[in-house]
Amino acid sequence: MSQAHSALAEQFRDLEQQREASSLGMWVFLVTEIMFFGGLFMVYTVARAMHPAGFAQASRHLDVTLGGTNTAVLICSSLTMALAVYASQVGRRRMLAGFLALTIALGCVFLVIKAIEYADKFHHHLVPGSAFSFAAPEARPAELFFSLYFAMTGLHALHMIIGVGVVAVLLVKAWRGRYTIEYHTPVEISGLYWHFVDIIWIFLFPLLYLIGLKR
Amino acid sequence: MSTGTGASVPTLGHENYLNVSYGVKSWLLTTDHKRIALLYLVSITLFFFLGGAFAVLIRLNLLTPQGDLVSAETYNKFFTMHGVVMIFFFLIPSIPAVLGNFLIPLMIGAKDLAFPRLNLSSWYIFNLGGLFTLYSIIRGGVDTGWTFYTPYSSLYSNTHVVATVVGIFITGFSTILTGLNFIVTIHTMRAPGMTWFRLPLFVWTHYATSLIMILGTPVVAITLALVAVERVFHLGIFNPALGGDPVLFQHLFWFYSHPAVYIMVLPAMGVTTELITTFARKKLFGYHLVAAASFGIAVIGFFVWAHHMFVAGVSPYAAMIFSILSYLVAIPSAVKVFNWMATLYKGSVSWATPMLYGLGFIGLFVMGGLTGLFLAALGLDVHVHDTYFVVAHFHYIMVGGAVMGYLGGLHYWWPKISGRLYPEALARFSAIVLFVGFNLTFFPQFILGYLGMPRRYHAYPPEFQVLNVLSTAGASILGIGYLLPMFYLIWSMRYGPVAGPNPWPATGLEWQTPSPPPPHNFDVTPVVSWEPYDFANRPDLKYPAPAPELGHFQPAAQD
Ligand SMILES: [Cu+2]
Repeated sequence: MSQAHSALAEQFRDLEQQREASSLGMWVFLVTEIMFFGGLFMVYTVARAMHPAGFAQASRHLDVTLGGTNTAVLICSSLTMALAVYASQVGRRRMLAGFLALTIALGCVFLVIKAIEYADKFHHHLVPGSAFSFAAPEARPAELFFSLYFAMTGLHALHMIIGVGVVAVLLVKAWRGRYTIEYHTPVEISGLYWHFVDIIWIFLFPLLYLIGLKR
Repeated sequence: MSTGTGASVPTLGHENYLNVSYGVKSWLLTTDHKRIALLYLVSITLFFFLGGAFAVLIRLNLLTPQGDLVSAETYNKFFTMHGVVMIFFFLIPSIPAVLGNFLIPLMIGAKDLAFPRLNLSSWYIFNLGGLFTLYSIIRGGVDTGWTFYTPYSSLYSNTHVVATVVGIFITGFSTILTGLNFIVTIHTMRAPGMTWFRLPLFVWTHYATSLIMILGTPVVAITLALVAVERVFHLGIFNPALGGDPVLFQHLFWFYSHPAVYIMVLPAMGVTTELITTFARKKLFGYHLVAAASFGIAVIGFFVWAHHMFVAGVSPYAAMIFSILSYLVAIPSAVKVFNWMATLYKGSVSWATPMLYGLGFIGLFVMGGLTGLFLAALGLDVHVHDTYFVVAHFHYIMVGGAVMGYLGGLHYWWPKISGRLYPEALARFSAIVLFVGFNLTFFPQFILGYLGMPRRYHAYPPEFQVLNVLSTAGASILGIGYLLPMFYLIWSMRYGPVAGPNPWPATGLEWQTPSPPPPHNFDVTPVVSWEPYDFANRPDLKYPAPAPELGHFQPAAQD
């Protein structure tokens, strides 16, 4: 590349090398994220194996309709994010901004529904701690279940909030025409992150919401 | 060779990363990997002496059988803070964050790491975590042991567990980000001609180390976060009384903390490989095997964690499997040792200071590794579990191995970092002091442990006093061995003789650029056309005629 692109950082030879590095960096980051959530999934697996009945009973106190709606919302947001990446690759600025805005909107819908669910658990004394109350024989396992429920969905929600923030920054920059056919790496790697957070939810939903269903 | 930089004028007059700008701001906001490496050097040196101060207090207390210096409670805090500070704030970052940061871009012919700003934030994250830990020390410390076993840590301990755990959690992210940066840099930033099998083994070992960093650290981070949450909200994830499982904590903790030992020792092996081949002036024996062994260690190292739990109630079948797997790690480790031996064989060995550290590393690592096999044996482990035998074993690996490697590397690349040579005679003297002091400190602990002295007690039966006094005496000699380099290395930054680009001389790319390197490492992007460690076919390397005399070490003339 004879003259440096304005987005080219000084440690790189050219935009291609920079794109490769950013993309690999995001993949490596996602691997650490898998291990991060993996620890929680491990704790969940062991705790559920120890108390299968208590976990199933506690799970019935989660709202499958709201959880299912949120699953659908997130799958749609993955689609809009994928379309945003496509728009950046073909260099269509308005389309890119539109799909990014839609992704943010869906992300916010997810978070609002999640907040409604949390509030509901609070009202029904299902938040672990001194106020926790649950029908006697399975009270301990149920508290364990809800500890993990809040830890796992809370960590996931934190990732959603970060994701919405990242996409919001992308939106502003996209609107200003920062991303072109030659340079749209941030959109691509943020897309990877967004899909990853969605996939985590795809695992969380059945493990938390569906294990209590009658067979 | 074709860099065009090998013959630079050997003075410090040229523009380099140290003199390109001045002032506190130019350091605190730098994105230059070389400056960030020095920032880390300052941070971890402070933590090293803090952790060392706790070690001094421990050894002083153990001078007498009844533990006259401090109460049992205070003693618990001393060994906990010693462990926490030394492991998380010195050993884990030591070689990677200082030498790796400084050298990886230079060795692969890059201008910087792939993500320089991320690199700087790693340093800030590291120090933020350090501040939390310092806060907990100032407020009275922690007494759980560095292992934070539940439910003691999550329920019963009345000390500042949460602040310490949060500090380690935060610092974990600096480790993860450093590992991420290294992996991406090694993959994408290599200079033209720098193929995978022309990489110095220092780079290979850092790649393997980075894998452990990104795969293991998140697990211990989430585990310690759960301990903090459990403690604050009185949950029962790891508390059997509330339906949880304390052994699960141990599994998760050791899933990281066993591989963490390889975060410490693999980079030291990388350093040792460079030292041995350079000061034997002979091509490294079995380059590919040594590279592969690093990955063997990293991968197998993830499947041995339960050898810390043989007495914690894991099933006999699980224990057998973990015992066998632990033995397997010895194979790639031994591969490395035999390759170093074969490299030395019929080499032109010189006794420069870094070589003394390199040879010291081999000896102490072999001792530590072999006693590790004792501990991997199910029967013997029951006898020596939680005794001073374990303490001696892991200090041979982590201090005798990792710290020897770190100091050896620091001496070896000091001319590159500072542009100047340290006083050779004094440096050799202090390397020998360190070696003697180390063995005097820790060898008696093998015997103590075998005789049955348990670890983590502030008092002991009187018959163990002789060996404990020996150990404390050794520790004071060891302390001198650590203090001396700090003084003469700082002294040499101003008064040491000018080193020139390649004083040893060595084959790596980092020696083809002036010392200290210019801000962007190379004046012209280097093109690599030679095989690694190919001393015989490198006419550009000129050796001083006789092997350097003690105290009269002459750098090789460059022209
Ligand atoms: Cu281990």
